[in-house]
Amino acid sequence: MSALNIKKGSTSHSAYDLRSALSEVEESHTLAVIVENEPGVLARVIGLFSGRGYNIDSLTVAEVDHTGHRSRITVVTRGTPAVIDQIEAQLSRMVPVYAVHDLTAEGPSVQRELALVKVQGRGEHRIEALRLAEIFRANVVDSTLESFVFEMTGTPDKIDAFAELMRPLGLAEIARTGVAALSRGI
Amino acid sequence: MSKQMTGARMVIQALKDQGVEVVFGYPGGAVLPIYDEIFQQNDIRHVLVRHEQGAVHMAEGYARSTGKPGVALVTSGPGATNAVTGLTDALMDSIPIVVLTGQVPTFMIGTDGFQEADTVGITRPCTKMNWLVKDTAKLAETIHQAFHVATHGRPGPVLIDIPKDVQFATADYVPAEKAKIGHYQPRTEGDPDQIARLVEMMENAERPILYTGGGVINSGPRASALLRELAAETGFPVTSTLMGLGSYPASGKNWLGMLGMHGLYEANLAMHGCDLMINIGARFDDRITGRVKDFSPRSKKAHIDIDPSSINKVIHVDVPIVGDVTRVLEELLRQWRARGSRTEKAGLAKWWKQIDEWRAVRCLNYKPSASTIKPQYALERLEALTKGMDRYITTEVGQHQMWAAQFLGFEDPNRWMTSGGLGTMGYGLPASIGVQIAHPEALVINVAGEASWLMNMQEMGTAMQFRAPVKQFILNNERLGMVRQWQELLHGERYSSSWSESLPDFVKLAEAFGCKGIKVDHPKDLDDAILEMIRYDGPVIFDCLVEKHENCFPMIPSGKPHNEMLLSADAEAFRSGAVLV
Repeated sequence: MSALNIKKGSTSHSAYDLRSALSEVEESHTLAVIVENEPGVLARVIGLFSGRGYNIDSLTVAEVDHTGHRSRITVVTRGTPAVIDQIEAQLSRMVPVYAVHDLTAEGPSVQRELALVKVQGRGEHRIEALRLAEIFRANVVDSTLESFVFEMTGTPDKIDAFAELMRPLGLAEIARTGVAALSRGI
Repeated sequence: MSKQMTGARMVIQALKDQGVEVVFGYPGGAVLPIYDEIFQQNDIRHVLVRHEQGAVHMAEGYARSTGKPGVALVTSGPGATNAVTGLTDALMDSIPIVVLTGQVPTFMIGTDGFQEADTVGITRPCTKMNWLVKDTAKLAETIHQAFHVATHGRPGPVLIDIPKDVQFATADYVPAEKAKIGHYQPRTEGDPDQIARLVEMMENAERPILYTGGGVINSGPRASALLRELAAETGFPVTSTLMGLGSYPASGKNWLGMLGMHGLYEANLAMHGCDLMINIGARFDDRITGRVKDFSPRSKKAHIDIDPSSINKVIHVDVPIVGDVTRVLEELLRQWRARGSRTEKAGLAKWWKQIDEWRAVRCLNYKPSASTIKPQYALERLEALTKGMDRYITTEVGQHQMWAAQFLGFEDPNRWMTSGGLGTMGYGLPASIGVQIAHPEALVINVAGEASWLMNMQEMGTAMQFRAPVKQFILNNERLGMVRQWQELLHGERYSSSWSESLPDFVKLAEAFGCKGIKVDHPKDLDDAILEMIRYDGPVIFDCLVEKHENCFPMIPSGKPHNEMLLSADAEAFRSGAVLV
């Protein structure tokens, strides 16, 4: 993959409703699953994916309503339209699940991921890394004479692109949170 | 006004509040406080099983034959792991059961304590929901919630894991009416617009079929009554999955018999050739559909199911209706009657003529024998001699199960208990005990194969102890019959490990348990032997030595479509030179 091959965000499926339910083409969908925050719920959700052979490309989870004890699980998954519908139905029928939103199908959404990127290097490489970080609006959150840790948020594609650029400049380690997503508008 | 009590007492109180009359269980270290409470009361009967798997299958038999949730109580570690097969079985067949497991004390969890297992972890994929209760104050509420979850929506097994210190500790009891059940309230009303679409299709259908399943039975007796009204008023033919037998009476004039891998020729061809398929509470299981690509290629399909994930899971349908079968059929009949109860009469008459031609193939024909008991003959005689009795049938898994489904007739729901989805050998004997405990006066027969039956035969001890006069009708071919059949037809007649060697003498075995053993090996003795079995006041092990190499037909080999069926050489089609369609 070339470094600058940044795909458009996968949130703008304008022709989404025209797809056939029987299509064999795999699509990437971002699902928001609102669950009761009790022990074992995450395991139950993940178990569904592994047990039924569905893919998880990204997964984030945190309690978002402390008084109501609700957590939001954001899953990025892949499958044919029939499989995506099935995943949604399987999630919806789970006892501790309040709601499932297919953010990809329901309309435009904002997707962001946070990454920490450690780059080691000296001289020109180090300067180039800093310059690129500025272009990508990454912040330096740790620095030694021979390393930086950059913090950046963006779409997964943007983070991929940044990481790809850092590779020849001394990319040492990368930590990513996975995607958090919300629908746009009200 | 709340009442303080120990967690162990809470368990008993909550079960009483839920209307539980019987618990199937086996004690052990981690449930001793609960057993102590069982000892000190008389409202709930405890049936001591011989193996925890038996407890869960008994709870399933109890549930399936009464419509009420079954309850099992087992200890931690091995007690819980032994329950796993039963839980999975109940999940696959949508049987409402509540399993209570003991657990090591909370402070010991995670230390690999004696008889510790990660029970909620192990049982998560095989329960509809499970809970580890770490606080006595939450125990009663969790039990009430568990009953709600097990019995609402698509029924299924739930499990509550209760650490021993939680059983000893004291807290306020939360009565059922005050318990917070949570948000779990599945939809039961079908979408009236979709139902309207279906009604319109029904009016125009020329080759309709009602394809019914276990969901009709799970929905309650009213659903079966409505199905009968629907069939009678529309004149549509009815077939059923293994799980749905009894929802439409076998003596009903619209009855085609069971469909699927070992279903009847007429049922499968009607499924293949129909122009409107109305799936009521079935799930397009692979044993039903055969090769999905060629499944009923020319039909519009409607699917009524309470579980939205069942819809479009295997077969894409044109009219999805999510709801409880009873509610949906009420609305369907209301709309259809309101529009004048119209059907496409000429088309239907032609369709029935076609079906009658298929029926004339007489696909269940077999070669009779004067010297050997054919398994089909044994079941025909069992059917004839028990007809009209207050009869419940359970089965094990294999050829005998399919023959039972083909040759026994069920007039009412909740009379037929079999392991459909999971195909659990060893299910039938304990299930028959569960049924008998629920219906002490009824005739309960487990149609078994000798190999399946041996898998949980220790439960004869339970039958004896609790005076459950279950009849174990073993069709003994000294083979793992279905495995042998597949090896004959699909694996070059290489009979790898499919014979039962070193079988026990079943009559002596019966005597050892203290019950009655009957052995029969000749057709002329069969009727008297069956009558003796029925009349005996107590459990019977009936060893019926049958033809060893009989195959179960019709058969749709795995991965073939409905119109590529193997028929018995004795079906009329062969005699008259007819060709398979």
